[in-house]
Amino acid sequence: MARSTVCIVATLASLALASHTRADGLVPYTIVGDGIADSLTGMPGDAARGRALVLARTTTCILCHSGPFPETRFQGDLAPDLSGAGTRWSTSQLRLRLVDASHFNPDTIMPSYYRTDGLVRVGRNFTGKPILSATEIEDIVAFLATLRD
Amino acid sequence: MILWRAIAAAILFAGIPALLAGEIPPDARRSGYSFMGPDTRAMQDDDTSNPGMLFVLDGETLWRKKTGSADKSCADCHGDARSSMKGVAARYPAFDKALARPVTLDQRINLCRTNHQQATPLPYESRDILTLSAFVAHQSRGIAITAGEDPRLAPFVEQGRKLYLQREGQLNLACTNCHDDNFDKRLAGSPITQAQPTGYPLYRLEWQTLGSLERRLRSCMTGVRAQAYEYGAPELVALELYLMSRARGMPMETPAIRP
Ligand code: HEC
Ligand code: HEC
Repeated sequence: MARSTVCIVATLASLALASHTRADGLVPYTIVGDGIADSLTGMPGDAARGRALVLARTTTCILCHSGPFPETRFQGDLAPDLSGAGTRWSTSQLRLRLVDASHFNPDTIMPSYYRTDGLVRVGRNFTGKPILSATEIEDIVAFLATLRD
Repeated sequence: MILWRAIAAAILFAGIPALLAGEIPPDARRSGYSFMGPDTRAMQDDDTSNPGMLFVLDGETLWRKKTGSADKSCADCHGDARSSMKGVAARYPAFDKALARPVTLDQRINLCRTNHQQATPLPYESRDILTLSAFVAHQSRGIAITAGEDPRLAPFVEQGRKLYLQREGQLNLACTNCHDDNFDKRLAGSPITQAQPTGYPLYRLEWQTLGSLERRLRSCMTGVRAQAYEYGAPELVALELYLMSRARGMPMETPAIRP
């Protein structure tokens, strides 16, 4: 709850600054209810690119998750299978889950993919950067939305 | 009968520090060995197929080799390692009075080199330090870990435990998230163990060489995209000490094999 308030305040502040980008390099977003309704990029994501991203080891999703990915054996079982995620969750909820999963479960082990604050000893090559870019988040959201039962 | 059991249980648990939520009870602890497939276990069990034993043999040669301006070998001071080094690795990291902090076995070996052999310290992860510590730790194979019993170590064990529970890195994960809460599950297809430090230095098939516990801890830190502590850093020593005291009573396996 506290975080969403901060985000809205940040959003308002950046609206006041009109075209200026935020100091942390993240595009502002507004949490409404349990989701982020608007695309972070203002455009719909590309589901095919999203699928490739979810499968890429460096994106880290399938370290923990499994899903309908018959081409790889290297999937994790620390987290729910992603099959049907698009039925269980709205696009708005999926977007917030990727941006900041701790919003749904404060103790979650799922990393927040679009957040740079509140982290400890981030490696030199990663400081100040979110795990994924706004475009990558939108591509993955578009792909997850296609995973329907 | 029930009363007797309650008293026995009370006595049994009196000396054991309280477990935090998520911590593994003593009788549920398992070495990384128990998570391996039969082929890898067989490789560890048979000294003629265990590649770690080649390092142990090289370590024995170094143990006997005179070195430094003192022109002394380890054996000149410590004699037959089979008796003098038995159980030693099982109590490391140990408190060093002069430094007033715990030192790892590698650091102890280097203190002997500088203070008694007047030789230069061996770099962390160099072949010579790994073979020497493998040879010394091998003398404790099968012996129960006793590290952390010295009361002067208590604050350092606690520091290590805090680090173990601290989320870190861009992925924001703590050691405990994987090794207490999710052992036996699979991370990208490979099993997660309980992070028991029983086999170090050990031969990791992925590394294709022998490596120290510190190397392992640093790669877990890099894995969560945290800034890994430098070799020998007090934080790394504290983590090592916490892991060893968490494994108290488990038998040493050096040189173990891990996938
Ligand atoms: C370190 C582990 C981890 C990683 C990495 C991870 N997740 Fe998760 N994820 C979880 C866990 C655990 C849950 C279950 C709910 C919770 O604890 O938040 C979850 C829940 C989800 C859900 C809701 C599942 C459902 O149907 O209920 C979705 C969707 C999801 N994750 C997508 C992703 C995507 C996409 C990525 C990569 C960009 C990712 N996760 C990376 C651990 C992880
Ligand atoms: C994202 C999951 C994850 C996190 C977080 C993590 N590790 Fe690991 N760790 C692994 C995996 C995977 C391995 C390799 C398989 C195994 O031995 O568990 C491993 C191996 C180990 C081992 C070797 C066990 C053996 O049998 O030789 C130790 C010790 C260890 N980790 C300690 C730590 C410590 C200490 C931390 C925190 C600084 C940490 N790990 C954080 C996943 C993790």
